[in-house]
Amino acid sequence: MKPVDYLSFLLQRLAQAVVVMFVLSIIGFSIQDKLGDPLRELVGQSVSEAERQALRDRMGLNDPFLVQYGRFLTKAVQGDLGQSYFFKKPALSVIVDKFPATFELVLGATLIIVLVSVPVGVYCAINPTGILSRAVMVFSIVGISIPVFLTAIFAIYIFSVELGWMPSFGRGETVEMPWGWKTGFLTADGLHHLVLPSIALSSIMLPLFIRLIRGEMMEILRTEYVRYAWAKGLSPWRIWFLHAFKNTLLPVVTVGGVQIGTLIAYTILTETVFQWPGMGFLFLEAVNRVDTPLIIAYIIVVGLIFVITNTVVDLIYTMINPMVKLTGATR
Amino acid sequence: MALLEVKGLEVTFPTRDGVLQALRGVDFDLEAGDRLGIVGESGAGKSMAAFAILNLISEPGRIAAGRILFEGQDLVSMSAAGLRAIRGNRIAMIFQDPMMTLNPVLTVGRQMVEALQAHQKIGFSDAKARSIEKLREVAVPSPESRFDAYPHELSGGLRQRVVIAIALLTDPAIIIADEPTTALDVTIQAEILALLLELCANRKVGLILITHDLAVVSQVTERIIVLYAGRIVEAGRTGAVIARPRHPYTMGLIEALPEQNSPGQPLNQIPGRMPSLDAVPDGCAFNPRCAHATERCRRDRPDLQAVGESFAACHEAQQLAVGPDPS
Amino acid sequence: MSRLAAFARSDFLYRFRRDPVALISFIVLSALVAAAVLAPLIAPQNPYDQMQIDIMNSEIPPAWQDEADPRFVLGTDHMGRDMYSTILYGMGISLVIGVSAVLLQAMIGVSIGLVAGYLGGRIDAFFMRLADIQLSLSTLMVAIIALAVFQAAFGSELYEELAIVMLILVIGIAEWPQYARTVRASVLAERQKEYVDAARVIGFGSGRIMWRHILPNTMSPILVISTVQIANAIISEAALSFLGLGMPVTMPSLGSLIRSGFEYIFSGAWWITIVPSIVLIVLILVINLLGDWLRDALNPKLYKET
Repeated sequence: MKPVDYLSFLLQRLAQAVVVMFVLSIIGFSIQDKLGDPLRELVGQSVSEAERQALRDRMGLNDPFLVQYGRFLTKAVQGDLGQSYFFKKPALSVIVDKFPATFELVLGATLIIVLVSVPVGVYCAINPTGILSRAVMVFSIVGISIPVFLTAIFAIYIFSVELGWMPSFGRGETVEMPWGWKTGFLTADGLHHLVLPSIALSSIMLPLFIRLIRGEMMEILRTEYVRYAWAKGLSPWRIWFLHAFKNTLLPVVTVGGVQIGTLIAYTILTETVFQWPGMGFLFLEAVNRVDTPLIIAYIIVVGLIFVITNTVVDLIYTMINPMVKLTGATR
Repeated sequence: MALLEVKGLEVTFPTRDGVLQALRGVDFDLEAGDRLGIVGESGAGKSMAAFAILNLISEPGRIAAGRILFEGQDLVSMSAAGLRAIRGNRIAMIFQDPMMTLNPVLTVGRQMVEALQAHQKIGFSDAKARSIEKLREVAVPSPESRFDAYPHELSGGLRQRVVIAIALLTDPAIIIADEPTTALDVTIQAEILALLLELCANRKVGLILITHDLAVVSQVTERIIVLYAGRIVEAGRTGAVIARPRHPYTMGLIEALPEQNSPGQPLNQIPGRMPSLDAVPDGCAFNPRCAHATERCRRDRPDLQAVGESFAACHEAQQLAVGPDPS
Repeated sequence: MSRLAAFARSDFLYRFRRDPVALISFIVLSALVAAAVLAPLIAPQNPYDQMQIDIMNSEIPPAWQDEADPRFVLGTDHMGRDMYSTILYGMGISLVIGVSAVLLQAMIGVSIGLVAGYLGGRIDAFFMRLADIQLSLSTLMVAIIALAVFQAAFGSELYEELAIVMLILVIGIAEWPQYARTVRASVLAERQKEYVDAARVIGFGSGRIMWRHILPNTMSPILVISTVQIANAIISEAALSFLGLGMPVTMPSLGSLIRSGFEYIFSGAWWITIVPSIVLIVLILVINLLGDWLRDALNPKLYKET
């Protein structure tokens, strides 16, 4: 694939991203406009109505919608999404501050999902009738039936409350990296705290991917080109993990891409249960406190993450599937 | 002893309603450099015969009985490792539809190099050089750039040439070609067949060609066997069988060829259809459709007997042979 | 033969009776649904009636532990409500929301799918594009944001009254693309068939053809995804309630019960969270099992396991 193809792909995606963010900003601003009263936070009850109106005028709150929106947009583009009512700090920086925590949680869960679902799924595809395979299928239907937050609750109850093996809240000790990122991966305590939440977060995706990989791979193992690979006398490992698996990756990556949004939603649930100091937990607290700028900031940040990850997933997909052009033809 | 000897091959597959027999006892031999055609309609079992040789029958089908001796060793009872050493190495296969045969997500080059590296200790650049050379031999233009191409970027004819090249890479003793031209345009068919013929004839590579097309078989092979409902009904030199068919089914096949019919007249068809595997008649499987069937045909299954220069599994063959020349 | 008699003798029912998993799931589900429906009659206490609740009864453990009270088989929660009764009512709410949301999804989705599939052209392209966009957004994420905004906008009290409706609306509207796509695929296949031509020749209008003729033939895939969708709707509602964006504590669904009981697992009153959790899991599990069975029974070729 030529570099020029990648460039045009990225430009196209950039354009789409801009559109999406634009829509989000309109939604975000409309919410902000209708929701919560910045004045309430700034001044007490005893201020007279006239003074309130004067204040509103000064703050530009009585200007027409488009003017206010324009102002919002200009500031947003510069990274200024307003001040959190609760934290009295710029909303964006409050959220970004919590990003590492959520990211590491997602990383932990993703590692588990990939490291477990691939071998298990492939194994079940190769030996679909074995006892182990059937057991896995049973577990996966049970797994799909347990919502994420319940896995989290049960995990805490069994491993933390009853057995006392695992901590039940927070991130534990973190180490601050030179560029300001606080990581939990570098301390034993941090890793210890990461275990249960990561498992909980991965719990619903894991059976999904196992079933997906198993199903797709079983189909692929029946194709003519796999039979031809056997006819060439290739080693079974090469056939399973190169010929078959590379084709399995295609639908798996597609589904994976779609699940990203759901994964972000699940982080909110998981962080709530474990009181994990990430963006999701922050968002929920902001909702409870009606901290509007923070709510908006979260929506916009999540939107951005969503757009970026989708672009990356598409890129990966095109790299694996030679039949698809980057410009999005043939999907 | 012949290079390849197939004895009493039976292939079955179990279904909910019982066990179906796709091949019911097939015997044939192949000497080095021989070119054998296996002819029959769809469902006759000819592809089964091809896949059975390398034990590639997809589950739940299986080889129920028989021996397949290659250079004296029985492939049916061979270990997986032993089979792997033979597949794609001493015996190579060409499948029907090259679009389905080549893995769409791997380049042509990768799929060629791996065929070599699976059986020989050879580095990538050497393997690549050999592959490109092979591509040239099968008349693939600009082989260097084709090497890095993906299957979907090549035309059907080119793809099949690639598959043939892969088959030749390891200098096999036998090539089994299952309907190699059926999925291709008519114009390309002739080229591919000529290519196969030339390559096999020049290198003394044995060829087993599976097809339903008598024209194809007459172009390329020296001997043919005709399958019907899982059994051989006629065998012999290609020229002889086509010019002087001994079994009523073969006769019917040849009569039905458009070339044999006069323009403006309805085509000669064999009445009825080949029985499905779960409803094979007693006696001679062909008897319900045969104009010459007798009581005996409905009771006793005929064995292959010598009739003229060929062999035919027909009770009436001798009688019919005495009669006028059908072609 | 009457339809019922034909059904009773059918292959479908036969396979159902032979499959132990399907049978047990169905029995369990029926029991749960019946319990939820009959809750007002069989529950020892009405958990919404403040008169019947005494805070002094709070945090009593279930019957098989010491310090239990025989009046409260499954113990009581932190407000003094009988767990058994609250769970029955809560299950009812979860089911009502789940089924209603799915009905809404189905109505919207099936209509759009029928129209898009039958009429084709730009209408089809438009709706499918819309569906694509909506499918790429996570339902849960959209629901969380929408409900969070509504809650912030309406304030807690108003929100509590509207919660059930909001939940049904949000979950219902978010998932219509699933139905639309499924139905559209069926419609495209059916549209080619002869009976459609026949109906057109007779002079039936598009609407009638779509509803009376094509739709019945698309019921089978609709049924299959409905079970999954109901399970998902119940899960979504539980998650939303757990986050505090769904049913309030005063009129709890299983999710809200679990929420209010969560902190108590650390202080020893594990049953407030664990018991409703188990009930919820069982409910979702049997729906999923039945859905799996249904899918295999109706479409053995399309969805083969080995």
